[in-house]
This record gives sequence, C-alpha cells and structure tokens, in this order.
Amino acid sequence: MSINIEQIRSDFPILKETVHGKPLVYLDNAATTHKPQVVIDAVSEVYEKYNSNIHRGVHHLSNVCTQAHEDARGKVQQFLNAKHSHEVVFTRGTTEAINLVAHSFGETFLNQGDEVLVTQLEHHSNIVPWQLLEKRKGIVLKYIPINESGELILDNVDELINAKTKLVSLAHISNALGTINPIKEIISKAHTLGIPVMVDGAQAVQHVEVDVQALDCDFYVFSGHKLYGPTGIGALYGKEEWLNKMEPYQGGGEMIKTVSFEGTSYNELPFKFEAGTPDFSGSVGLGAAIDYVNAIGLDNIAQYEQELLDYATERLSTIPNIRFFGTAKQKASVISFLVGDIHPFDLGTMLDKMGIAVRTGHHCAQPLMQFFNIPGTIRASFAIYNTKDEVDKLVDGISRVAQLFG
Amino acid sequence: MTINEVQEEIVEEFASFDEWMDKYAYLIEIGNDLEGFKDEWRLEQNLIEGCQSKVWVYAELVDGKINYSADSDAIITKGIIALLIRVLSGRTPDEILNTELSFVEKVGLKDHLSPTRSNGLLSMMKQMRLYAVAFKAKQG
Ligand SMILES: Cc1ncc(COP(=O)(O)O)c(C=O)c1O
Repeated sequence: MSINIEQIRSDFPILKETVHGKPLVYLDNAATTHKPQVVIDAVSEVYEKYNSNIHRGVHHLSNVCTQAHEDARGKVQQFLNAKHSHEVVFTRGTTEAINLVAHSFGETFLNQGDEVLVTQLEHHSNIVPWQLLEKRKGIVLKYIPINESGELILDNVDELINAKTKLVSLAHISNALGTINPIKEIISKAHTLGIPVMVDGAQAVQHVEVDVQALDCDFYVFSGHKLYGPTGIGALYGKEEWLNKMEPYQGGGEMIKTVSFEGTSYNELPFKFEAGTPDFSGSVGLGAAIDYVNAIGLDNIAQYEQELLDYATERLSTIPNIRFFGTAKQKASVISFLVGDIHPFDLGTMLDKMGIAVRTGHHCAQPLMQFFNIPGTIRASFAIYNTKDEVDKLVDGISRVAQLFG
Repeated sequence: MTINEVQEEIVEEFASFDEWMDKYAYLIEIGNDLEGFKDEWRLEQNLIEGCQSKVWVYAELVDGKINYSADSDAIITKGIIALLIRVLSGRTPDEILNTELSFVEKVGLKDHLSPTRSNGLLSMMKQMRLYAVAFKAKQG
C-alpha cells in the first residue's frame, strides 16, 4: 500500500489554516505533531459522553471511562509489543517518564559513585534528571561521545559500560540531528554485564516500529503529542521485574492499596506509579492516535518519510553555503542546518513570514551544540502529512532570505 | 526633534513599504549598519540571554543625557535595536521614562517584543528603562 497524501492531509484540520496570509507549511514536527480529526473527536467524546473519575466509581459512566482508559493502555502495550499491559505506566510525557525512572530507579538502586551512561546527543530531559541525582546521591554521569556526522562513537564503549555502570539511558533517535542510534547493539552489550537500559523514544515511535521485547530494553518512554496524540500524555514501558522493585514516584490516591498513619501499602502495577487522577481524556486520545498510525502502517510512514528526507536533503544541498548537522547513515526525517553565517533566528523569522514553521535554536540539546561549536541550527522535521511541494517552498524561502543577506 | 517626532518619522518610513519583505530588508540593513558597541562592554553583566538570540546593552550618562549602545548576534534583532536606540538614545532619563514606545506597534513589530518571543528584546527594553531609573536616582 502506498500513502494517499491528499486523504491524510484532509484528516488534519489545522493544515487548512493560513499563517500571515500564506498556507501553513508546518515543518516543526519533531517539536510536536498536529492531530487528526479522529484524535480530536476521541478526546471530545470523553467529555461529551462518558466523563467520570476512573477506577473508583460503581456507577455506569465511571465504568465506561475506566474501560476506555484501560483499553488505551492495551493499545500502548500492543503498539510497543510489551508483554503485559501493567508494564505500561501513563505519564505526562517523555520528560516525566524519565524523571520517574531517575527518581524511582535512583532511589532504589543508585548510590554514591555509581555511574549512569547517556550520550552526547541527548535532549536536556535525559541529562538534567541525572544531574539532579549527581547532586542528591553522588552518582556520576558519563556519556558516549559522537563524531562529526552525529553518530555515536562506540570504540571505547567497553570502558564506558563497566562494573560501576548501573543504568544506560539513551535516545532512540536524536531530536536535533535525526541520528538513529544502534540501540539494540548497546542494549545487548549492557546486558552482558546485567546493566538495564532505558530508551528515550520521543523521536522514534512516530517514525519506526518499536518492539520492546525484541529490543529487550528495560525501559522505553515516549510522548503522545509527537505521535499525533494529545499533549500532556505519554507512557513509560518498564519490565515488570524492574517496576516491581522500584520505589513509587509520587504518593497520593490511586497508587495505594491501604493507607493508615502506621503505614501504607502500595497498589499493584501499573497503578503504583500513577498517583492521582490520571489524564484519561489524554490516554483515550493517545489510543486513537495509535489506531490512526496503525491504520496507515508504520512501514508505509517510514517509507514515505524517508522519501521526503531524501528529496529535502537533495534539494537543500543546492543552496550555496548550506552546512548540514547530522549526516548519519541511519537517519529519521529531521534535517538540521545553517546557511552561510545567517543567524538561525533571522532565517526562522523570515521563513515564518512566508508561512513556513521551522525550529531554530539549540533544540534543548546544548551539549550537542557545544560539540559542533554553534549556537543553534535551523531544523526542518517532517511528518506523514508533509509533501515534496512543501519541501520546495522551504528551499525557495531559504533562497529568498539568502539573497537578502547577500 | 522630540522623542515622539522621531517615533512618527519611523512610522512614516515604514508606511512606504508595501511588502513585509521590504520591511525586513530595511531592518537587516540598519541592523548591519549599527555600530558603536565596544568590546570592553561585551561582559556577562551586559548580556541578555534570550533563548533565540543574544542581546548586549550598555548605557552611559553624558551631560544629563543617556547614550545607549547595544548589539545582538541576530541581524533582525539588531535592526529593531537600532530603531530603539534611534528613539531613546541622547535623551534625558525623564524623557525616556515618560515616553510610550508607540512606534513598535504602529510599524507592525509588536510581535518581536512580546513575552512569547524569546529573542531578548523585551528584556532589553526593560533594561533600557532600568538604566533611566538608575541614572535619574543618581542625579537626585
Ligand atoms: C529526544 C527527546 N527526548 C525528550 C523530549 C521531551 O519530550 P516532552 O517535552 O514531550 O516530555 C523530546 C521533545 O522534544 C525529545 O525530542
């Protein structure tokens, strides 16, 4: 099956909007994707038809709502091919999921001098939670370096993954460069020493098929809003044996079995990690987004986006003095670049005036920008609804700006 | 010319641009032409770190009037800085504190000075006012 792009574009109401009087060309999908009507409808339907607090009511609507929320968990389970649905914990997104693991795994398993290994291309959300643990517990944060193409250098990985390493946490795909990391290889390497691995899938689940059992990762996290789902919902997959051993993250309702002032016992998985009323309209919306993606098929999505990426790379290469950042052999549909010495802010501002939305700046990956010794880049990132025509508009827009800067 | 006359002058200049592109070409031009920020002022304490672009701002009181100097790594930001300096530099603290910067909205650049734009310009404008407040206090 190939992609019916007209059909897909018509599924996303926002694509009909204009910006500064021009048709919207939205190329900031790595920041967040737009939502198809089915997702918007699913969220509205919760409020219109069965809104009620979940897991606690005896009344009808509460049961319907609980069922919808738990069905969504089942969809995430299948989407990641997790063994059990109770290995799926709903969170606010990737950031909260990483913080949950940093806190709960850290509380239970990390001590002074223990090492956590990340990479040089991580988003701040996979750096700062570990730095907090450095302060709190005296752990040591190490990173796998990258080369000029933006690929991990694995030559010395045997030294970096050592007896002191207690956790490896790395991005599946880099948000700033698009590099697809060899996570399977790193996971099996870490596992030979019994070290668990967390994968930040924020930039991956919308582009490639993920099978947590085949990968054998111990934790996998992602955000719904980058997967055509609502904001404020995401998920943590964790292997049952780890989640069972970890301390809870937050305390409150939902996560307890019994509470008394003498002592409290915690609820079973996944509820132990879901204190408070969960975002059940978000989870239902996320479930609808997963259905939407599955109906198109991630294989088809990957193939179409690869075509767009190749076309955009080829077309952008014709612009004089363009420099690409992130030229890994394995790449997702993200292109980071600079043109001559035009400041990313200037280029982004001018493109915006033409209705073209790109991201400019450090992309929440300042250590990576320090590696390249640049303040930031312009990033175009593609989703399933983008077209070659939009790539042409981007290239024309950049050319116009470049002329102005002469 | 009074501050407000300079503001009016800028508004008239911008009125002659038919297209947004001309407006930005002009900002780029005056941004490129903006000079006078000395290296010795390029200090941490004079830096406003926007998420998107950096702005340096410095001021001196000469004969009761404030001379502002500023710079940015982004040219459009620098062009807007040039306009602000044209309006505010060489004025007394009182003149500056009593002026409403109406030209920004009238020439359609309000966007750039809104809190959602992390380009450092809004903080820079606040900083310019703070200088005026401080110099006024010093004058007694
Ligand atoms: C690789 C990566 N990790 C983590 C995040 C943080 O995601 P969120 O802000 O949805 O929690 C992002 C989002 O930009 C990302 O690209």
